[in-house]
Amino acid sequence: MSVIEAIVFYIFAGLLVFSSVFILFGRNIIRSAMWLMAALGAVAALLLLLGANYLAAVQLVLYIGGVLVLIVFGVMLTAKSPYIRYDVKLHEQIAGFVVGGLLLAGLLVALLNSPWPKPPGVVSDQAASVRDFGERLLTSYWLPFELVSLLLLAVMVGAAVLARPEKR
Amino acid sequence: MLTIGLTHYIVLSCLLLSFGVAVMATKRNAIGILIGSELVLNAAVLNFAAFGRYRVGGVDGQISGIFVIVLAAAEAAIALAIFLNFYATHATVDVDRGDALKG
Repeated sequence: MSVIEAIVFYIFAGLLVFSSVFILFGRNIIRSAMWLMAALGAVAALLLLLGANYLAAVQLVLYIGGVLVLIVFGVMLTAKSPYIRYDVKLHEQIAGFVVGGLLLAGLLVALLNSPWPKPPGVVSDQAASVRDFGERLLTSYWLPFELVSLLLLAVMVGAAVLARPEKR
Repeated sequence: MLTIGLTHYIVLSCLLLSFGVAVMATKRNAIGILIGSELVLNAAVLNFAAFGRYRVGGVDGQISGIFVIVLAAAEAAIALAIFLNFYATHATVDVDRGDALKG
């Protein structure tokens, strides 16, 4: 079981890194969006591997089904002129890579040298059931749940107002 | 190497976050920057789920992850509305052109 878990982990971690590299170096924005789909799918698979079944399902439905479609629509609505180019100068690109690399090095040094102690007691190895998830969400986490629903209402109205063509 | 633990997921989410930041820093198309921010938020979701699985137990980590996903969806909707508005006035989504407020 542990060997299978390791193999699956490395396959999807490799896919994730591979598609992130293509997003970073790709020049065509719609191809970047398609590689983003691969990356999001790999994250969903890793969430399944972590026993977060419901989170993986939400990741597939909301991210790949929702956010990605939104991004593709955004590309189609904003990129109709063939004369607009988004070339980045080489020194700007190098500066971006240096920022990312420094961040990675700093994070790895800081996080891998932290002890991350295990809590007393046994951490369950079982995948948490969706029933537990829903009960916890509506009891212990009722306040953030309600706040998020308010936020979604505000986002819906705000996006509609922002995207509406201006009246003269 | 063969027993997957918390360290593997920490390294992976660090990589994902750094890639996201580098994408945000190197793209000039506003939608490319949005793609980079989605990578960063996915790194956070992965980290929440991994800590929930290996250190906390139960569903607390997953619930935090679900709030991150919901906020990311809201952020994408608002960001695209802003980009469409920007495109209507500037006929491009090049972020370097958005300097109307520059002093």
